[in-house]
Amino acid sequence: MTEEIIIAGFGGQGVLSMGKILAYSGIMQDQEVSWMPSYGPEMRGGTANVTVILSDERISSPYLKIVDTAIILNQQSMDKFEESVKPGGVLIYDPNGITAHPTRTDIKIYQIEGTKLASEMGNKKIFNMIILGGYLKVKPVVKLENVIEGLKKSISERYHNLIPLNVEAITMGMNNIVPYKIEKHVFQN
Amino acid sequence: MSELKLMKGNEALAEAAIRAGVDGYFGYPITPQTEIIEYLMTERPELRTGMVVLQAESEIAAINMVYGAASTGKKAMTSSSSPGISLKLEGISYLAGAELPAVIVNVVRGGPGLGTIQPSQADYFQSVKGGGHGDYKLYVLAPASVQEMADFVEDAFDIAFKYLAPVLILSDGLIGQMMEKVILKPQKPRMTNEELIEKNGSWATTGKKGRERNIITSLDLQSEKMEARVHRLMKKYEQMEKEDLRFEKINCDDAEYLIVAYGSSARISQKAVELARAKGIKLGLLRPITLFPFPKQALFELADQVKGILSVELNAGQMVEDVRLSVEFKVPVEHFGRTGGIIHTPEEILEALEQKIIKNGSIRHHKTRKSSIL
Repeated sequence: MTEEIIIAGFGGQGVLSMGKILAYSGIMQDQEVSWMPSYGPEMRGGTANVTVILSDERISSPYLKIVDTAIILNQQSMDKFEESVKPGGVLIYDPNGITAHPTRTDIKIYQIEGTKLASEMGNKKIFNMIILGGYLKVKPVVKLENVIEGLKKSISERYHNLIPLNVEAITMGMNNIVPYKIEKHVFQN
Repeated sequence: MSELKLMKGNEALAEAAIRAGVDGYFGYPITPQTEIIEYLMTERPELRTGMVVLQAESEIAAINMVYGAASTGKKAMTSSSSPGISLKLEGISYLAGAELPAVIVNVVRGGPGLGTIQPSQADYFQSVKGGGHGDYKLYVLAPASVQEMADFVEDAFDIAFKYLAPVLILSDGLIGQMMEKVILKPQKPRMTNEELIEKNGSWATTGKKGRERNIITSLDLQSEKMEARVHRLMKKYEQMEKEDLRFEKINCDDAEYLIVAYGSSARISQKAVELARAKGIKLGLLRPITLFPFPKQALFELADQVKGILSVELNAGQMVEDVRLSVEFKVPVEHFGRTGGIIHTPEEILEALEQKIIKNGSIRHHKTRKSSIL
């Protein structure tokens, strides 16, 4: 099994840390992993993306043009990465702030209201865990117990009391991801 | 005890330096290698092993601190990225001239000038063709994974002390910034003073009690003596070529075409090999692990087997010259690479191979033969 993922959004949304938790979860189930960030002059509010690969075999290139799954969290990333999904692959996105929705018909598209759900849960910082939950519902590449182990490894011990909240967010994401159907507009004169 | 961790290449290298029993790190921050000094500062290795970590006032100060520490027989290292390495070159030439063991790490970014902070391999010439002034070479290790970023620290010090010569670890922003699994070796103790005197007392400035004084210098105004020194250096480099050349062949046994690539480009090219094989193109990859010494003989032999070679580098064409020299024009050799911090994709590499080698290779060969008849 090899799963290649691009996660892309604004800096500050937790894009890189979500990728790190996913990579750690892969290690917990003895997979090979790679985590390749865009490390440009990004900062909070700028764009950030990370390519994560989980595989049962040795990983060749950590940097990819075409991936199995794209998780897209802002419009700039949609413009850039909608084309990066393999035919038959998966695109997951948060519709918040998206003005031009995806149009491809050869991939599976899912929507998750991460921003809205995070604000309903009263903690914007768990946004990325809601998205991760949604992703794991569609692509159960790592088991939840390994994600919890991965969380323990990737966040410092003084924040381990927040793990139940993170698990709650993951579950929230799992229960709230929905397939997105491209509406076919019929123009009539 | 060995430990499995998920780490950035830069962090893995820093942790490996502590565990290898390095005595001193002297550096100055620059993207994309700042995590090295950042990690070392956070880890407080002075409490773990007594290792000194010092942020110098400049790159030039840092390399001269390395010179000073290395003169006393200690394990000393520095790291920087391209513009910073340019500043260190005078000191590196002095290290080579004074025959001092030291490790220099370059996490390359795009140039020339301040260039960009994104990954690049445009410091190949600087690394293997001197860089600084005078007749010297560096033993150059090119890691292609986070694991190698960790492992090569100890390897580099072994070579540096075997030959009494500076060793360069030539990485880049991609390998430095990415995270992968890494198995860290157990902690090695630092050399005690007694061990240091026993091992390095014959040349290092360890205090002259009971022996003749050791002088560390790169200056020799007597021409015969200076020439003897240069000859001694050349002997070292010959011995490196015989004993410490490292490279890796991937899918080369039945290869009809060959990619030569090191470091991050080798990783991306390996994916291009997978894509090519899926299309029925018999493509292999030769990955130089040491850039000096260069795997000349292996390439010379592969040139009898393959129809063409593509040198894939994140630069405008540097290693390709050494590939051409190695194969002595037996087969067409072309270059492919992106610059400016753009990273080539596996698909682009395969396309370049098809365009430049598979499609044009036969035409070019034909043309050469025709012109030689005329």
